[in-house]
Parts: sequence; C-alpha cells; structure tokens
Amino acid sequence: MARLELNNLHAEVAEGDEKILEGVNLEVNSGEIHALMGPNGSGKSTTAKVIAGHPAYEVTEGEVLLHLEAGEFGDEIEIDEDQRTWNILDLEPNERAALGIFLGFQYPAEIDGVTMTNFLRTALNAKIDEREELFEDEADADDEEDEDEGFETSPMEGNVDEGDVGVAEFQQILQEKMESLDMDEKFAQRYLNAGFSGGEKKQNEVLQAAILEPSIAVLDEIDSGLDIDRLQDVSNGINALRDEEGTGILQITHYQRILDYVEPDHVHVMIDGQIAKSGDASLAEELEDKGYDWVREEVYGTA
Amino acid sequence: MSSEQDHLKDTDTEARFEFKKDQNAAVKSDKGLTEEIIRMISDDKDEPDWMLERRLRALEQYQNMPMPTDWPGQPDLTELDIEEIVPYIRPDVDKREGVDDWTELPDEIKDTFDKLGIPEAEKNALSGVGAQYESEVVYQNMQEQWEEKGVIFCNMDKAVQDHPELLKEHFMTTCVPPSDNKFAALHGAVWSGGSFVYVPEDVTVEMPVQAYFRMNSEGMGQFEHTLIIAEKGSEVHYIEGCSAPKYGSHNLHSGGVEVFVGEDAHVQYSTVQNWSKNTFNLNTKRAICEENGTMEWVSGSMGSKATMLYPCTILKGRGATDTHITIAFAGEGQNIDTGAKVYHNAPNTSSTIESKSISKDGGRTNYRGLVHIADGAENSSTAVECDALMFDNESTSDTMPYMEIEESKVDVAHEATVGKIGDEDIFYLQSRGLDDDDAKKMIVAGFIEPITEELPIEYAVELNRLIELEMEGSLG
Repeated sequence: MARLELNNLHAEVAEGDEKILEGVNLEVNSGEIHALMGPNGSGKSTTAKVIAGHPAYEVTEGEVLLHLEAGEFGDEIEIDEDQRTWNILDLEPNERAALGIFLGFQYPAEIDGVTMTNFLRTALNAKIDEREELFEDEADADDEEDEDEGFETSPMEGNVDEGDVGVAEFQQILQEKMESLDMDEKFAQRYLNAGFSGGEKKQNEVLQAAILEPSIAVLDEIDSGLDIDRLQDVSNGINALRDEEGTGILQITHYQRILDYVEPDHVHVMIDGQIAKSGDASLAEELEDKGYDWVREEVYGTA
Repeated sequence: MSSEQDHLKDTDTEARFEFKKDQNAAVKSDKGLTEEIIRMISDDKDEPDWMLERRLRALEQYQNMPMPTDWPGQPDLTELDIEEIVPYIRPDVDKREGVDDWTELPDEIKDTFDKLGIPEAEKNALSGVGAQYESEVVYQNMQEQWEEKGVIFCNMDKAVQDHPELLKEHFMTTCVPPSDNKFAALHGAVWSGGSFVYVPEDVTVEMPVQAYFRMNSEGMGQFEHTLIIAEKGSEVHYIEGCSAPKYGSHNLHSGGVEVFVGEDAHVQYSTVQNWSKNTFNLNTKRAICEENGTMEWVSGSMGSKATMLYPCTILKGRGATDTHITIAFAGEGQNIDTGAKVYHNAPNTSSTIESKSISKDGGRTNYRGLVHIADGAENSSTAVECDALMFDNESTSDTMPYMEIEESKVDVAHEATVGKIGDEDIFYLQSRGLDDDDAKKMIVAGFIEPITEELPIEYAVELNRLIELEMEGSLG
C-alpha cells in the first residue's frame, strides 16, 4: 500500500508568476481509481506535472507526500520506518519514478533512434538501481562491489550489472505485457513514440506503466484521441494495473466516456486551481449531463 | 547503477584513450618540412624513384599554395605550425613487412592496442586488421581465403614495392592529385603508411576489412594514405578507427583516401575517428564511381581542435550511386567543419547525404556541402539532410549547403533541422526513471543511431562510448 497526498499545493509557472494551483488537496491510495475532471485551464495537467517534477513549474506552498509500506517494493527492499514518508517535491523526477510515481503523458515525447525495447529495459534497470540507492544504508553501500559484469547478450544493449534485468529476461516481460495489451510485437523494435499514431502513443503509455509497475500512476488525458477499440484496450490496461499491481490511479479526463470502462472510486472536479467538489462515480455522470458551471456556482456562488 | 560505479567505469574507459606510451621510435624525422626530410622519408622506405619524384613535386605544390583562410565560417588554422610538426616517426619494427604475428610486436605497442581492444577484434576472426602506430602499419593479418581470390590488403609502403603498376596508375593521380588543395599537397609530400586494398573483378569480400590508426607521439603528424581499388562487380567494406591521446603541443593529421569504384562495384568506407583536442584534422577523401557503381561513406568525427573533412564522390558513370552518412561532435574549443561533396557527372546518378552534428559547451559544428549536377546528367537526383543537435545556447551550428545544378531534369531535395536537446524529451525520460545524464545520453544515442547501425558492432559500441565520454566532458 502506498498513499499519495497533496496538501495545500500551490504552484506557478517557473518563468513568470502566473499562479496555476491554488491549494490542491488530494489523497490517492494504492488500489483506488480517482478521476480528476474539470474545464480546460483549471490546473489538471499542471497537477500531474508537478507531481512528476516538471521543471517548468515552481511549487510556492504546500507539499506532496508519498507514504510507503515496509515491503512496498517486494521482499528485496525492506523500507525502514524513517524512510516510509517522502516529500517528493525535494526529489528529482527520476527519484520520484523510482519511488513508484508514474506520469502517463497527454503528449509523450518522440525519441528517434531509441527502440522501445532498449528504452524500457534501461528505464526498468534505472529504477531498480535508483531504488537501491535511495534505500540502501551507508554500510551496505561501502561493501558493494563495483564489478562490471560485462555484456550479457549484445554489447549494444549495454552492460549488465548484478540485479539488473538482462536482455533475454526483459524480452519475455515485454512480450507478455504487450500481449496482454493486445499490442503488435513489432512495437518492441520501433523507436520510442516516433511515428506512432495518437492511439498507439496512449497504448504505449499504459504499456510503460505495466512494465514499471508504479505504486501511483497519474494518467493525463490518456483517453484523448482514442477510437472505441483502442479506448477499451487502454482501459483494460488501466484496470489490470489496479487489479494486478495494486496501483493507485489518478485519471485526468474531460469525458465520462473512459469512466464507463475504468470505474472510478472517487471523482474530483477541479476549478481554478482547486478541487472544488469530490464525490463518487455518479458525480462524473452528473458532470456529463450538466457541465461544470453548476459546480462553480455551487462552490463559489458565481457562474 | 550507482554514481560510484559510474565513476569507476568512466575512469577505466577514459584510461583506455588517454594513456601514452614511451616512444619506441627507430627513426624519427626532424620537425618541419624540407626537401631533406622528404628524401629521408623516401630513403628510409627504400622507395622507387617515381615515388620520391611524386613526393618532391607535391612538396613544391604545397609550398606554392596558400593556407585556406577566407572560407565563410572556416576553422581557425593560425595555431597550426607545420614547422613544429614531426612528419615521420617509424616505430622499431620491420619497416616494410610489418609483422603478421601479434606476439612479435614490442610490448608497449601491444599494450596500446590491447587497451584499444584491437586483439579482441582480431580474435573475432575479422577478415583483416592492419594497425598503424605512428607512421607505419605494424600489424597485418589477412585471411587466406581472400588472398586466394586475389584480394590484396597490405600497408601502402609494401604496396609501393609490390604493386608498382597499380600504384603508379592510381596513387594521387586522377582521384586526389596533390594540386587539389594545400593539405592534399602536404599529404602527397610526407604521406606514410596506410592501407592498400585491391579487390579483383566479381569478388565479394564478405567481412569488413579493418585498420586502426593510433597517433601516439607528441607533436607529430600522421599522414596515412588509403587506396582502395574495387574492380568491376566487386564488393568490399573497409573500416578504420583512429585515435590519439592529448599532448601539450599540436598534432596534425592529414590523411588521404582514394577509392576507385568500378562498374557495378560496391564500396563502403567507414571510419570512427577520435583525435585529441589539439589535433588539426585536415583530410582529403575522394571516390570515383564508374557506371552503376555504389559508394557509401560512413563517418563519425570526434575530437580534434579543428576538423576540415568533406568526403567527395565523383559519380562518373551512368547510374552510379553515392551515400554519405556523417556525424560530428564538437565540445568546448572545438570546431568541426565537415560535410560532403558529390559531383553528378553522368545521367541517372543519385546521391544521399545525411549529416548529423552535436555541439555542446560552446563547440561549433559546420555542415559544408557541395552537390554539383553537371549539364547532361539528366534524371539524376540528390537528397541532402542536415540535422544539428545543440546542448546549450553557447554552442553553434551552421549549415552551408551549396548546390550547383546545371541540368534541369533532376530531382533535388534539401532539408535541415536544428534543435536544442528538448527539455520535454529529457523530462519524459526522467519521469521513467532515467537521470538527467542518462536521458541526454539516450537522446544522443538515438540521434546518431543511423550511423551506428551502419557500423560493425565493436565500432558502434566504441562510437557510443566516445560520445558518452564527450558528453561528460571527461575526455581530455
């Protein structure tokens, strides 16, 4: 079980003083699905990016806490009591990723020349290494041997350190995950998002989450630009994340549509950089019918 | 990987490139460039008179040509003092034959190549490795099966002795005459070592033919000559790697490469070069391509203070094809001026130029290209693509694509992109667990992937490692 907690989070654009988040409070636990809805420009994507550590935003107030359990990352890493709560705002984006935060991008970057296989295996091993660094005690660190284990199968895939996932092992993981997401195996050798359709990119985001097995996944408009078949594939992937990995999901969306497939436990409406209203799945349906203005009216007394 | 491990690994890798060996020179010329020195080099090699005459003529041409100074955006060569360069050093091995057994090499030379991984390449049963140390090729090995088919792969000095007719016809005559430019003339005067490759008609050499050049002494010049003759219908891939450690005074590398691509023949020339940051790297490389012949240049230019290098192909025969794939990396204080030249002198010829450059910490890369399509070369096509990747706002990249099109029935395309390594791209990779450095490395590795995929694996790995070292600024 992990818990992500946003407390009175204020943030603005780093270059300039445009305030975007004005006191966001939110709590997402492992195994829960939260939908974050709201009109354009209300701060949903900013919330996602601030959680992941995007350098374009500056947090001016508040905190983002991540609570972990002793065995959060399996038997291999025992988390000491004093290391179970992290204010992740102090951490680099890759350290946050190592602690189990995943951001699914609305517009993922296209990295030419880097195959999906190479990228995902590198990312998986980077996360494992970073975790070891974050949780290992000083004494262990000194004992650790720095031996280069050499190449496993192909030097192009890089050196293999002890504990790393090797090429063959990774191929198997990737193949299984892609099958479960109904992705063509050709994906593995394509360059990261380069020339992917909108739908393929979204599917790829879910695939990455499936491989990296985050504790908390923030999915930013993962449903935009998807046809109905792909929407189902992506939704199945998200449900599997929750059901199989126990991932807590913060699902940012404009539409009710995806929530028909990914049923939220909680729905939050964000307006003007704050959570204006929270409720259960029925709130999303209400929003679908009535739009957002009534929430604004109800909360602020103005339309 | 922990940062501590990173550090250790990097030090190891760095050590591979940075160590220096005590000089093991049997013969070392004086500094500078005089007729006496040319005669001494020629004499030391027991060269026939015709070669000495060519050297002396080239020297004269060199002395009568001005230094290139006024090209737009040209690298500054004012610090290059030819009078301070030692043009010839022969290590203490049999001067013409080289040695064909690795174990016979002096220990310090063996160590050098050991660190560069040459024996591994050899162990992998590659078809042939010639390793040049200073001015001489000291190690040759060629699988017998190629020799039986009439393939010749030997060092150039041996070729002068053993294959005079081929050499008289092809050596710096029609392809790269000394009159071509000041450094071609310099090269013609003081050239030493290098590789000679001859592939007879209809013979395909399946494994790449390899050579490695190492410039190890301070203040020296290296002037290796590579001559490749691929007869009608033959096929060969020649690949070379070059490196030099860093010294206080400037080194000069001025190589010459001549490639003759016969009718229907196919030659790929690949090179990964990593020169020390004070080397002036000024080369002339050219191919002449007969009817339906194919020439492919693949090059990675790393290191050097200044590089001026524009591999050139003359598409002489109908239907001839040329491909250039080049990558350049310039860090602080470096100016890498590179590109390609193609002359379409016959109908139905085609060329593709793909040039990629990376600059950081104020480094400067130029793409300087010339595509000439002659009157009458109808139905020819060319496509030029230049991509520049910059790490920061201090770095510069210029694209100077000259197109001289004298024929109207042609297809010409040019595309150039310049980009800074994107913050969004880095953030995306970081959000997946890669740290800032690894994210940048991954983006750059992807950027140069078109080059690495063309190279045999050990060269591709070497290129990736070199670029990683450059990016960390840990390579002197």
